[in-house]
Amino acid sequence: MSKFKKSSNTSQDIPTSALPDIIFMLLFFFMVTTVLRETEILVEQQIPKATQLQKLQKKSLVTNMYIGKPKDTKRYGTEPLIQVNDVFMEVSNVVLWVTQEKDKLSEVERDQITINMKVDSEAKMGIVSDVQQELKEANARKVLYSTIKRVE
Amino acid sequence: MARGKNRGGQEVNAGSMADIAFLLLIFFLVTTTIASDKGILLILPPKPDPNQPPPDINKNAKNIFKILANSKDKLLVEDEPFGGLEDVPKLRKAVKEFVLNFGNPDEETLPVYNSLPSSLKAQSKKSPDSSDNPKEAVVSFKADRGTSYELFIAVIDELQAAYNEIYGERVGNELLQYFPDSDQDDLADIFRNLDKSDPKLDELYDEARAGIPRNISIAEPD
Repeated sequence: MSKFKKSSNTSQDIPTSALPDIIFMLLFFFMVTTVLRETEILVEQQIPKATQLQKLQKKSLVTNMYIGKPKDTKRYGTEPLIQVNDVFMEVSNVVLWVTQEKDKLSEVERDQITINMKVDSEAKMGIVSDVQQELKEANARKVLYSTIKRVE
Repeated sequence: MARGKNRGGQEVNAGSMADIAFLLLIFFLVTTTIASDKGILLILPPKPDPNQPPPDINKNAKNIFKILANSKDKLLVEDEPFGGLEDVPKLRKAVKEFVLNFGNPDEETLPVYNSLPSSLKAQSKKSPDSSDNPKEAVVSFKADRGTSYELFIAVIDELQAAYNEIYGERVGNELLQYFPDSDQDDLADIFRNLDKSDPKLDELYDEARAGIPRNISIAEPD
């Protein structure tokens, strides 16, 4: 056995001087890929919990809509409002908005537009139902009720 | 100046640099919330044609499982008070029994019943006062304008869960072959997350749903 053991005076340490660089690379990767939220949400979002969740396949087809009590109650009152992008919207404008959103998609995908409804748990069904009627009118029938996974 | 002894090590100790970087890394890992587009996906019915009168619905009352919610967040299930939000989980069993009742199956749905695994057959009460067969059975949910969204989602979630459990149990043995690590309780979850781009799993999905359509009707509030 000792035949093969030739020079044993080499150092056994793994050089760790490059470790910080590797970690920094990982760090930069995460810092760059982290997308900060692009729209400021002006309504309260206490998303309800559910168990039977489904994931969406194609993210490009998804458009977000937020419904809830305004955070700034002094200016906007306490009744739940609809927010899209950065502004509040009336129920009557939903059709127009959906049409605009559809125009952003390619022609074949227009009917598959999915509206991601992020509704506050304290909102009432009245406003949600009104929006649904308008969505039917605008022929955007795929609706995702955004929920959080309930952990039991 | 007087201390002239330590001339040797002028280097900054860089050994802990990795630790600092790790700390930063962990901070970003924790604070990063990956946008989660998850939820309950529904397809709304098409807008009714104004030129055509709404179709007459003459369904037997026993084939409709009625769930009503009022503005006080209380439920009325099959014309009996059912309680509030905390009682919603009890709906699942009731809906499953209703769908699987098979009170009066015709030639088309009798094979469906015969194809069910014994665990589902055991839930079939064959009561003449409940649904005739799953094809006829409709679960109808109607909320009030004042019902809270939280209750609405809770009820829809339970209805979906009831159907998913039926589907999952129906193809349970096949699912367990594909996913041997899982057990009996996860069947509904596996079924819900089936990857339909896989042709074999897609076939399984269709097999589970054949003859038992997901008849959930969500009525508009008055």
